[in-house]
Amino acid sequence: MSAPTLPIESPAALVANPSGYAIEFDNVSIAFDEKVVLDRISFRLPHGETKAVFGVAGSGKSTLLKLAIGLLRPDSGRIYVLGEEITHMSEQELFELRRRVGIVFQESALFDSLKVYENVAFRLMQEGISSAEIERRVREALRFVELERTYDMYPSELSGGMRRRVAIARAIITEPEVLLYDSPTGGLDPVTSNTIVELIVKQRDVYKTSALMVTHRLQDAFTMATHYFDKATNKMVALPKGQHCEVPLSFLILRDGKVIFDGDAHQLATSRDEYIREYIS
Amino acid sequence: MAFELELISPIEVAKDVALAVQEYTLLSAQSLANFFRPPLYMGDMLQQADLIGVGSLPIVVLTGLSVGALLALNSASTLEQFGGISLIGRLVSIGMVTELGPLITGLMVAGRNASGMASELGSMIVTEQIDAMRALGTDPTKKLVTPRIGATAFMLFFLTIIADLLGLIGGYAVAHLLFGVDTQQYWTTVWQILVFRDVFTGLIKPVLFGFIISTVGCYYGMSTRGGTQGVGRSTTQAVVASSVLILVVDFFVTKLIFAIFGYR
Repeated sequence: MSAPTLPIESPAALVANPSGYAIEFDNVSIAFDEKVVLDRISFRLPHGETKAVFGVAGSGKSTLLKLAIGLLRPDSGRIYVLGEEITHMSEQELFELRRRVGIVFQESALFDSLKVYENVAFRLMQEGISSAEIERRVREALRFVELERTYDMYPSELSGGMRRRVAIARAIITEPEVLLYDSPTGGLDPVTSNTIVELIVKQRDVYKTSALMVTHRLQDAFTMATHYFDKATNKMVALPKGQHCEVPLSFLILRDGKVIFDGDAHQLATSRDEYIREYIS
Repeated sequence: MAFELELISPIEVAKDVALAVQEYTLLSAQSLANFFRPPLYMGDMLQQADLIGVGSLPIVVLTGLSVGALLALNSASTLEQFGGISLIGRLVSIGMVTELGPLITGLMVAGRNASGMASELGSMIVTEQIDAMRALGTDPTKKLVTPRIGATAFMLFFLTIIADLLGLIGGYAVAHLLFGVDTQQYWTTVWQILVFRDVFTGLIKPVLFGFIISTVGCYYGMSTRGGTQGVGRSTTQAVVASSVLILVVDFFVTKLIFAIFGYR
């Protein structure tokens, strides 16, 4: 049985204002070896919003992120990132755009032959920034993820959760306008997962960074929907009950390569779609 | 439980080979073009030169020495039968400088470094480090492939000179100690027999072999698929393909040089 498709705005409406969103997918399709992974996907990510992307394994979530940063090219459709159409950009043009986009990979993808500070400073080193400035910014980024003590360590000396946090530090060091998280809490214990979620919420609420977050863990997204980051206490705190869902967070659910849900937490909770109800139960 | 042997269409195989050749050519061309497009990662190139050049020195010294000694040992008995033992220096010299020095050094470095490059880059592919590099705004061919090509071609040139010299020393040791050839006579014949063409042949080959080793190693590394098993497969394929390609190119380069300069 094929997945039902939600009525979403026509592609023409999406293209009408291509620069108004951090990310836009317009009828994007991609297939590998004749297996269609994403089939005419369309959605928009407004500036400052975090969109949690759900779907069963193999539903194309990670592919979606790689398309959004230009690591993969779609077979058809158009992708806009920060108002620029990236679909036909050359790799060189994409390098320029990627300075404004950060990504945290599923298994962190830290360079294992480089120390933590070299990993975090990688992009800055390529840009020829002075070493004093690099050190200041690396320490600042590591302080953000509370791992300044790992400055001189190698990735192999860190735990899975610490590696994930270093990957976040590497992604945010250039203060990107968009962040892409690929299962940032996958395979981690609940306490470490909560630390990662807190960092994502901090990035959302303090720096107002737009983000796409692929995850399997519904509870992480609900924590993000019901909490905000309090700058005064430097902690993530729960929103009062009536103000739940008043944070810039939305949900996107993929099934069989199609978008079957794109909306906020309230719409998700009240959805009558059987598959979605089963998914969130 | 029944197993079915799936026959692969020859057309599909031909298509795969054509695609691989196309991708290899593109990677090689792009990596060469990177030498003229900044940034040139000199730090990475020096690091690779150290790994490839200095790291391969012990194995090149040993093989050079033993090949030269074996060449002298095997030819001495024949030469002795015809009373030509005094010509042993000529034989070792021509053999080492034009053929065995570059070839053995190339094959040794291929075994050591093509596999190293394929496994290192292959591991980076399967752990998404190459994707991360691209996402961080760095071209992996510039940062990883071009420095390896430059370092391998440059260092193989000097490694071959070292192997040649040690081969001649190995030949001398056998000729002098076992067959009583005079020291001055040996080195004079070694020196006199060599002409420009021989030295040119012996020094152009390592540059080509260095290019083959690095591009094949990097190609198999960058096209790795299928986790750790894929890394193992790429490593093996890189050694086999680079060794075979070295032997094939060696033949054609020798033939071409003969065509240009004429036979001895």
